Amino acid sequence: MTDWGFPFGRLTLDAIPLSDIVTAHGRTELLSGITGSAAAGAAVLGALVALVIVTWKGWWKPLWSDWLTSVDHKKIGIMYIVFSFVMLARALAEAFVMRMQQVVGHDGGGIVMPEHFAQLFSTHGTIMIFFMAMPFLTGMINYVMPLQIGARDVAFPVLNSVSLMLTVAGGIILMVSLVLEPFSTGGWSGYPPYTEAAFNPGAGPDYWIWAVTLSSLGTTFTGINFAVTIYKKRCPGMTLMRMPLFTWTALCTSILMIFAMPPLTIATALLALDRYLDFHLFTNGGGGNMMNYANLFWLFGHPEVYILILPAFGVWSEVFSTFSGKTLYGYTALVIATMAIAVLSFTVWVHHFFTMGQSANLNAAFGIATMLIGVPTGVKIYDWMLTMYRGRVRISVPMLYALAFLFLFTIGGLSGILLANPTIDYQTHNTLFLVAHFHNMLIPGLLFGMIAGYTMWFPKAFGFRLDEKWGYRAAWCWIFGFMGAFFPLYALGLMGMPRRMADYFTGAWLPWTVVALAGAGLIVLAFTFLLVQLRVSVRDRARLAVPVGDPWDGRSLEWGLPAPPPEWNFPALPRVEGRDAFATLKMTGEDLGPPDDGYEDIRMPKNAVLGPVIGALGTGLAFALTWYLWWLALPLAALVPVVLIAQGFRRDTEKVIPAHEVRETWRAFRALAARTPRVSRRAEYTRDNRGHAIPMPQEAAE
Amino acid sequence: MRAAALRWPLPFETSMACAACLASAQAAQADSFLDAAGPVAAAQVSHLRLILILMAIVVVPVFAATPWLVRRYRYGRARGDYRPEWKFSLLFEVLAWGVPFLVVIVLGTILWERTHQLDPYLPVAEAKAPPVVIDVIGYDWKWLFIYPEQGVASVGEMAFPADRPVKLNLTSDTVMQSLLIPRLGSQIYAMKGMRTQLNLAADGPGRFEGRNTQYNGKGFSAQSFTAVAMRPGDFESWVAQARAQGLPFDEKARAALEHKGTKLDLRHALGMPDGTVVHFAAAPTALFDKIAGMKETGE
Repeated sequence: MTDWGFPFGRLTLDAIPLSDIVTAHGRTELLSGITGSAAAGAAVLGALVALVIVTWKGWWKPLWSDWLTSVDHKKIGIMYIVFSFVMLARALAEAFVMRMQQVVGHDGGGIVMPEHFAQLFSTHGTIMIFFMAMPFLTGMINYVMPLQIGARDVAFPVLNSVSLMLTVAGGIILMVSLVLEPFSTGGWSGYPPYTEAAFNPGAGPDYWIWAVTLSSLGTTFTGINFAVTIYKKRCPGMTLMRMPLFTWTALCTSILMIFAMPPLTIATALLALDRYLDFHLFTNGGGGNMMNYANLFWLFGHPEVYILILPAFGVWSEVFSTFSGKTLYGYTALVIATMAIAVLSFTVWVHHFFTMGQSANLNAAFGIATMLIGVPTGVKIYDWMLTMYRGRVRISVPMLYALAFLFLFTIGGLSGILLANPTIDYQTHNTLFLVAHFHNMLIPGLLFGMIAGYTMWFPKAFGFRLDEKWGYRAAWCWIFGFMGAFFPLYALGLMGMPRRMADYFTGAWLPWTVVALAGAGLIVLAFTFLLVQLRVSVRDRARLAVPVGDPWDGRSLEWGLPAPPPEWNFPALPRVEGRDAFATLKMTGEDLGPPDDGYEDIRMPKNAVLGPVIGALGTGLAFALTWYLWWLALPLAALVPVVLIAQGFRRDTEKVIPAHEVRETWRAFRALAARTPRVSRRAEYTRDNRGHAIPMPQEAAE
Repeated sequence: MRAAALRWPLPFETSMACAACLASAQAAQADSFLDAAGPVAAAQVSHLRLILILMAIVVVPVFAATPWLVRRYRYGRARGDYRPEWKFSLLFEVLAWGVPFLVVIVLGTILWERTHQLDPYLPVAEAKAPPVVIDVIGYDWKWLFIYPEQGVASVGEMAFPADRPVKLNLTSDTVMQSLLIPRLGSQIYAMKGMRTQLNLAADGPGRFEGRNTQYNGKGFSAQSFTAVAMRPGDFESWVAQARAQGLPFDEKARAALEHKGTKLDLRHALGMPDGTVVHFAAAPTALFDKIAGMKETGE
């Protein structure tokens, strides 16, 4: 290799979206160039505005020392969720452009060129899965799970920061691909041979490979970290069968991450070998076989679906129980169902390619295995309904999402059972019916769950509730927006419209795409309302403050802590004697503090720069590899082991919080609680709710 | 009171049903398998109906009971009892696991049987005549249909006699593709170096849209063709006409096929400015085996 790619590698001026405007022939090419340039401009402008604000306000130092280098699981959790919101904004905008294109492109033409459209569906899928859904749920678990098991942090706090920064690095690569085009056109699954050098020699698939590789590495570490945390860091008395359901789902998701992410890392790495070093693993010729890729990818891809949905199931369990003022129905059944789903998720991957020509025996076996997953999932639905039975149901914002979820997810499950049948799949595969199905599972299932969890735990993290009026508005827009955007896709799929189609000439499809566009518009509005809600809530934080930390009459340990909780979470490790630990404690009038002589010095991990450094190296390496900047890639790659070894020489990694400081903080909190009146659930959404709850059973008895 | 509570889900279900009716009404214009034109698609529709009916057993309770639960146990105006510690009932547990399990057993049995019946590699069960064999090669962004018995080939049009089933052998000379004719039946992937099979049949003469459903580049949306089920005599004359007036399948034709372009681009390359169909007077029979057999020959 004599060509070191200095200085720009294969990067040319064509990579800048503005060049598409200059070279455009005809209206659609021009509009496409404008759309792409506008998106790139928005990304650059957004980054610039952020930089200016941070500089102007003098936030660089706090940003660095309080956030980026922090290894506090709570802060890492919040950063994950902020990141996922940014990525959600972009992927949502892309979805809207695609819906628009399918309306205006019904006679050919439209606002984006077919290759541009293909980049949109590829980035939309890649972002929504790897850089929106995964960070959202990882952030949620990061924040909540250690609090629920009575721990002070995760098992490997620095690794946690590395995971976050690897994920962010992948996200940055995706944002860079907006400004220096093109991204892959091979969809979120990146099937070869289409993504091989023979058919797509450009930078697109390489961007995709490295973004996904970074994210998959981060997620593998996250899985190990969470699983070890749950196995080893539970407080005294917190046996596995006493853990809140959310923690159970976090455990199952972590196990799935550990076993399902490596096949993806390997699949993308092997594809990279094909593209960079002329291997023939998945190529058409030279003995390659793309079916191996399909198997590897879906060996990851199907468990991935449950990595995504299980934490949401955990949130739903907490929501139904908390807002029904009642213990969860069928705890053991729900644990068994969660585990059953996790195990079964590894036995169904072939259903992603029933149409690849394998035998009827094989297809039927995988079809039946797929339908079997419907049994534990159905059990969960019924158990949540039975949690409302004999309860006192408050239709709070999270509960509104939960009720919509029950209806909509059941419809999605029905379409899933249809698709599980190879005979039906032979018709609906690769059509919009499939697209409608998985959005039907992921939006009402995962995304509603995450927004419900965000609404429920936000006051815990920041000390004030999210404004409810805007919360309801956003929820209704999400619900009807979802139905408007995706029910028409079921119809279109049954009418034979394939997915990923930039233009078409079938007039009968047009009305349905118009309805879907309106639905997408409503979803954009819903997202806007979420942002307005955040803005309004920050403004009105005095009215919405819940410093005592239990705004919803919660049941698990985290609700017994101040809002926001101190860095060290628990003044002393709690001793748990049953499920719903905090609900039990509340009934007896006790709190989580230890006896007066029970305070001890607390050792907490110090900040670490490893995470941001690895993140920066990962971003640089991915960019250099994508554009063939070998002169840059080589030293960056060499630095990775150097940095890791250097981390091993760090000795001063812990700080001590003295016992008296802990005692004072906790006493101040208890004094605040003592002078804050307790409120009934009737006052939940009023300014009287300062986070001091009368337990529902006591309220009902009065 | 309970009857009143049950009224809530009905508007929702009614609107769903309306949407479904509307979809199937419009489906007729859009070449949907719901408007089946062959035994395979018809069997798929009947299977779809059967699943929907059976699934009602587990779906309807959710739609009916959720509004009832919310009404009866709504905070502030609850009518039911309050038992915050109630968390288990053997009866409900047996129902929650047992009913879905029984439904899956029934659906699974049907699935096994139908998957074998509709295996795309098997001849269409209802067919009374031997199939017409068509070798299909996927190119970027068009399909080549080769008729080895008749000695002709075509692009953009897949003709066959309506009284005989068709047996398609598929491969691809480029990336992976998937061939689907919704109103006739199943789809199957076409991959280079590999041979897949698809057996279909039409109920009678007609024209049906077919296409590639696997995204393969910018010409993807144009990669469609018309499957034409003809009266037997018409098919004979179609073949005769292709033999007489079709283009020779020479190096120029082959290069034009391999060149990335739609079927319209192909016609332009072959000097036929209008129309969407190309007929070849010869069947390049060795070509299919060469592409499909690439894995075996190690080329």
